[in-house]
Amino acid sequence: MSTTVRCLAGVADGSVGHVIEVNELTKRYGSTTAVNGLTFTVRPGHVTGFLGPNGAGKSTTLRLILGLNEPTSGTVTVDGHRFRGHPRGLRHVGALLDAADVHGGRSATVHLSALARSNRIPLRRVDEVLQEVGLAEVARRRIGGYSLGMKQRLGIATALLGDPPVLLFDEPLNGLDPEGVLWVRGLFRRLAAEGRTVFVSSHMMSEMEHTADHLIVVGRGELIAAESLSEFAARGTRVGVTVRTREPAALADLLTAEGGSVRADPDGSLAVTGLDADRIGELALEHRILLQELAAHSASLEEAFMQLTADSVEYLAGESR
Amino acid sequence: MTTLTAPARNAEPRPRFFDLCAAEWIKVRSLRSTSWVLTLSVLGVIAINVNAVHSDFPYIDGPHPRMPGWPPYHYDALFHGLGMIPADLFMITTGSIGAITLFGEYASGMIRTTFAAVPDRRSVVAAKVTVVTALMLVAGTIASTGSFFLTNAMLASRHVGLSISDPGCLGAVAAYALIAPVSALVGIGLGAAIRHATATIVALVGTLLLVPLLFQGDRFRWVKEIGNALPKSALERLTYNPDSNSVLGKYPPSITESWIVFGGWSLVAVIVAIAVVNRRDV
Repeated sequence: MSTTVRCLAGVADGSVGHVIEVNELTKRYGSTTAVNGLTFTVRPGHVTGFLGPNGAGKSTTLRLILGLNEPTSGTVTVDGHRFRGHPRGLRHVGALLDAADVHGGRSATVHLSALARSNRIPLRRVDEVLQEVGLAEVARRRIGGYSLGMKQRLGIATALLGDPPVLLFDEPLNGLDPEGVLWVRGLFRRLAAEGRTVFVSSHMMSEMEHTADHLIVVGRGELIAAESLSEFAARGTRVGVTVRTREPAALADLLTAEGGSVRADPDGSLAVTGLDADRIGELALEHRILLQELAAHSASLEEAFMQLTADSVEYLAGESR
Repeated sequence: MTTLTAPARNAEPRPRFFDLCAAEWIKVRSLRSTSWVLTLSVLGVIAINVNAVHSDFPYIDGPHPRMPGWPPYHYDALFHGLGMIPADLFMITTGSIGAITLFGEYASGMIRTTFAAVPDRRSVVAAKVTVVTALMLVAGTIASTGSFFLTNAMLASRHVGLSISDPGCLGAVAAYALIAPVSALVGIGLGAAIRHATATIVALVGTLLLVPLLFQGDRFRWVKEIGNALPKSALERLTYNPDSNSVLGKYPPSITESWIVFGGWSLVAVIVAIAVVNRRDV
């Protein structure tokens, strides 16, 4: 794929291009604040996940990026420009916002042909993207008869139509079958590897875990975290150790004295936090306490995400009352 | 930006308004209901006019005793051949098609896909206006010339038919054709401002057909003048046969005023549509 090489070369040249920059972005609808002082940057060459519970302001932010909604305050630029400043958009940013944003009475071919024509994109590109998303065989059927998964594929085809350097996807995995999910993940990674900026929203951490390498997490319109997946995994939840011994009381005293926090679980094991597995092992050996089980476990990304967003939701819900 | 010049892949061709019109034409053409409604309403207008004239044959052929105080009986081929009832029907269907090209995109959410592809919203609306106007000009011309020439060909055997070169006929045929694009543009303007299917259609029927009924009285000049400023009154004036026995009543609008009403409504509707769509969130 020759385009791949050229794109990668572009990124390697140290170009700052294709960055999405969101700066102090705020959007209010009447008394509701959908997005509140949001600031983050999305860089090319990565799949960046945009995570948050329902109503966190993800879709609003994506609409603000595309200039579909005007911000109450703050700015958002792609490649240093306001998106609405472009006379035509498909070659700059490709977007799947809502798979239902189509007219059910048209066929996929006609739908994409009209969009391609408006941007002076050659019509053969329509067949190419339909082939790519696997809709070639149903392309002449009415979109109204498509399943949600098929509509998602059509939305992805729309985003790819202009072969843009920046791609936005809002909940693209909704309604896709397992094969489709795998395909989309591969597609996103490939697009990122080609040097494109890929920004994908989701309310499910599990969807992003295998797709994104960077995360932007929002809750109630505010930024909670913007970091790599591994950094995210390490924060938010304390790492715990499970210990099983025949002398739980003695070990618990010992660990508490060392500054650990110990909880006795009903099955007889101890759940320890504040001390790592190495130190617990050493202490047990020094005091000749036999351990039957010593297992360190970190929280899953899902738990980290739940904990972070749950905090934000509770805090803000309480405040707004 | 050295990197952006190299790949021909993203070299963007100069944007052309014509491409937006072509895209809008693809959209309009692909909706079967629009084609059907428009075709049927054009045929309907012609059929109603032909039938009206056909039903008049017994009266034309019958004896016409002289009414004291009235001029001799004189069949008005223009009034009967370009009837107001089919015109009302035509105004509603063309106005609705105009409205649906705009609020239809809002209702389906398609508008977001459209504006993500073409962020220059004013040009999108201008392209819609261009395509709808052109389509309605064609439809209106078929309906109007079809009605005029068919009915007058039928009347030729009774020697009461009119020719397009007779006084007032060309203007009448033109106005009867132009009511289609004028109504469609009013529909686009209302669709943009209201963005809700039912409310838009109600407003459209009100503006085109019901409000004119409220301003027909000529007891107060200002009431009649408001009526004169509405498209339906302008159409009635422009299709009026100067050789007719019927009278225009008090404070009639002039021909020129009526053409200005057609132009003014169209222009204001387009300006409203462009301004409102450009400003509002979608």
